[in-house]
Amino acid sequence: MADDKKHKTLTTGDRTIPPEGAKMIAIYIMGREYMVPETLTIMKAVEYAGYSYVRGCGCRGGICGACGTFYRYIGDYRLRSGLACQTVAEPNMVIMQLPFFPANRPGYDLDDFTGSPHEELRRLYPEVFKCVGCGTCTRTCPMDIDVMDYIALMKRGDLKGAALKSFDCVMCGLCASRCPAQITQFMAAQFVRRAYGKYILPKAGHLEKRVEEVKSGKYEKLLDGLMAMKQEDVKKLYVEREREPDLAEPGKWMPKETNNL
Amino acid sequence: MSGYTPALKELIKRVEATRAARVEKARKGEHFPALTMEERQEWLRKYHPDYKKDGRRKLKVGPNKGLELPEEVARLLESKSRLDTKSIDLSRTDYTADLLVIGAGGAGTAAALAAQEAGLKVIVSTKLRHGDSNTVMAEGGIQGATQEGDSPYFHYLDVIGGGHFSNQPGLVAALTNDAPLIIHWLEGLGMMFDKLPDGRMKVRHGGGTCRKRMHSSGDMTGAEIMRVLRDEARNRDNDIKVLEFSPAVEILLDEKGHAAGAVLYNLETKEYYNVRAKSVLIATGGFGRLHIQGFPTTNHYGATADGIVMAYRAGVKLQDIDSTQYHPTGAIYPEQNVGLLITEKVRGLGAQILNTDGEQFCFPLEPRDVESACVIRECLEAGKGVVTPTGRLGVWLDSPMIDLLHGEGTVRKELPAKYIQFKRYEIDISREPMLIYPTLHYQNGGILIDEWAETSIEGLFSAGEVAGGVHGRNRLMGNSLLDVLVFGRRAGLKASEYAKNHKMGGKATLSHVDDFNKEIDNAGIKDPGVSPILLPDYAPDHVRERQVG
Ligand SMILES: Cc1cc2nc3c(=O)[nH]c(=O)nc-3n(C[C@H](O)[C@H](O)[C@H](O)COP(=O)(O)OP(=O)(O)OC[C@H]3O[C@@H](n4cnc5c(N)ncnc54)[C@H](O)[C@@H]3O)c2cc1C
Ligand code: SF4
Ligand code: SF4
Ligand code: FES
Repeated sequence: MADDKKHKTLTTGDRTIPPEGAKMIAIYIMGREYMVPETLTIMKAVEYAGYSYVRGCGCRGGICGACGTFYRYIGDYRLRSGLACQTVAEPNMVIMQLPFFPANRPGYDLDDFTGSPHEELRRLYPEVFKCVGCGTCTRTCPMDIDVMDYIALMKRGDLKGAALKSFDCVMCGLCASRCPAQITQFMAAQFVRRAYGKYILPKAGHLEKRVEEVKSGKYEKLLDGLMAMKQEDVKKLYVEREREPDLAEPGKWMPKETNNL
Repeated sequence: MSGYTPALKELIKRVEATRAARVEKARKGEHFPALTMEERQEWLRKYHPDYKKDGRRKLKVGPNKGLELPEEVARLLESKSRLDTKSIDLSRTDYTADLLVIGAGGAGTAAALAAQEAGLKVIVSTKLRHGDSNTVMAEGGIQGATQEGDSPYFHYLDVIGGGHFSNQPGLVAALTNDAPLIIHWLEGLGMMFDKLPDGRMKVRHGGGTCRKRMHSSGDMTGAEIMRVLRDEARNRDNDIKVLEFSPAVEILLDEKGHAAGAVLYNLETKEYYNVRAKSVLIATGGFGRLHIQGFPTTNHYGATADGIVMAYRAGVKLQDIDSTQYHPTGAIYPEQNVGLLITEKVRGLGAQILNTDGEQFCFPLEPRDVESACVIRECLEAGKGVVTPTGRLGVWLDSPMIDLLHGEGTVRKELPAKYIQFKRYEIDISREPMLIYPTLHYQNGGILIDEWAETSIEGLFSAGEVAGGVHGRNRLMGNSLLDVLVFGRRAGLKASEYAKNHKMGGKATLSHVDDFNKEIDNAGIKDPGVSPILLPDYAPDHVRERQVG
């Protein structure tokens, strides 16, 4: 296609077109050797080798957890792990992606716990309390989360600590795939974060108030007024609107014009 | 692979040389002056890719015939169906539901939850896994007028001014009015918002806001929203059935021309399934993976515009689909991070944009299209861009200012994901600036909807990035996460009303697809493509050459 050619010279989108003279390295995708240019991520290297992803690829930006990957270097006993979209392919890497791993996820009703959040955790995930403290999960986590530690905090009933510690989890499942105690750490952590967000983190009082105001229909009236206005007048209001200073303290600052609050 | 090259390190010295004075001014609240309304228009006209003539052409078929569009979008809309309609046995039904949701991102999942609460049985078709979406990638935050000094009135002004007054006013009113309800709903679902010790929401400015109303959850706001909504949908899996790796490829209509379901395609077994439903929601997200004009993109792998293709064939009009948002700050270095979004929060926290001389050339928080135009201008016209080793052009984003303004450790605390993403390549963004250039980020326009997410086809709804009109021709940060939840929930509620008052329609048909295929032939379009494309193709030439036969 003529258009394809034209665009190629501009930029490449996500297709890899290696710069001239790029150094080629050997990687092994599920054991089979491919030559790819260096400095690519594993994901782009796999595509460069000719694979097209159906599973094992989502955001391509290190946040969805679709691309958990195990790898070893030839001649090195150590098993390593990473996200394919974030880890740079290096010579002699033997790569296997783990696009799915069965997880234990009991259903629950967030609005109707049978006991305290900690008791609910124990009811849903009794296996968490059988962690043997081997540390494999922590060594496996591609987000550098101290998984063993958040499990320990859960056991102790420090749900706040566990929620904060597990916050960066992308739910890739790699930790669970290696746990000798058969714990699905990331699902237990998801439960804990929601329980923390709902029952431990203090509620926003100003939000509660604002919701009442919205429900009273107060703003619909103001908004109807704006919608009925001529565009010129709305433009004027837009240009003249007062800007809250960057460093104003939340809840303390008030604009000069308070009619439309 | 290790950090910046010596040549770039040399250039960083120029940024460092001006930093102390810039920080001093910022502390006093002195800004680089923003452009006037007239200047904005001029900059956009001259430098924004949307306004460039080449690479665009008139659409030859369908309800928007005659509209000028980027080549990539035009070609997609003028493609034939991937279905051989004759070989699909429509008398067979594989799944039935009250509501079929197409696309399990933020909008689709919010709709499924709202519809379930109203008593519906929901089937969700999605292309990848539940939650693999643009929603999960949103970092910066979600807007909502929840503080005392703010109100939906001012939020409305910001949205419509940011959109250059091209938005549908009714949609903006719905968006801003419902915003506090959405934030409250999320809080009730156990989302971990950034809060002060007394529970008050922490809020910040975003580009084009007059009040601080950006709510966040670290720099993973979208991920946290998606995790929570998905988890809740799983708790209700008796009523919400999610079919992963089974994208919709065409909408089904009944004899009256009302929505009747969709044909799904199992990407793994290559089977087609017929889903019959009383109502259908298209929530398939945006089109970043079309790589318009060759730009890199911030979007997820499945952002291939399937929804607008399916709706267009069924006769639904599109609005502002010729308008694309380029995010001003996409990473261009190192090569592995190219296209990666550098959240606007970085500028919200005070980082400035600088040219190769370490000088400011624009107000860092202009609306996104204007900001992008400023960067393109500085690089292409003023010639003051920085060139990377792979020949990409860009400018500096001076992130080290953040710790200087807000205290040591702020970057690591407020931008943990970004910090790690660069640290991997041995760049410490709390000490060294980043190199950025605009990147293809958001589909501004889309399917024409009303305040209740209804389309022109009865029983067919649309919500989220795939729909148009909410943001007009430019969207402000934090209003899209809000949009997908507001209109997703509204769609779910309206669909429940609709489904309760309607029986399942009669015979399902794909005749609109046949008609559209004919229209393409009649328009004399040579060599039409096949769409929806479902997944982009990144195979390099040397592989394609051998993929013969
Ligand atoms: C990197 C990034 C950062 C962002 N940051 C922010 C921010 O800070 N604040 C903000 O407000 N907005 C932000 N946005 C924008 C915002 O995240 C998105 O616009 C919004 O989340 C889109 O939600 P959605 O539900 O409409 O679509 P998506 O979340 O993309 O979901 C669409 C779903 O539909 C699926 N799908 C696609 N085609 C089909 C098909 N044929 N059949 C079935 N399923 C299909 C997709 O796989 C996907 O799961 C950001 C976007 C990106 C990419
Ligand atoms: S905690 Fe487990 S699931 Fe979460 S990111 Fe780490 S390895 Fe993946
Ligand atoms: S891998 Fe399992 S047993 Fe080992 S520390 Fe982690 S949770 Fe505990
Ligand atoms: S593709 Fe989403 S984390 Fe790698």
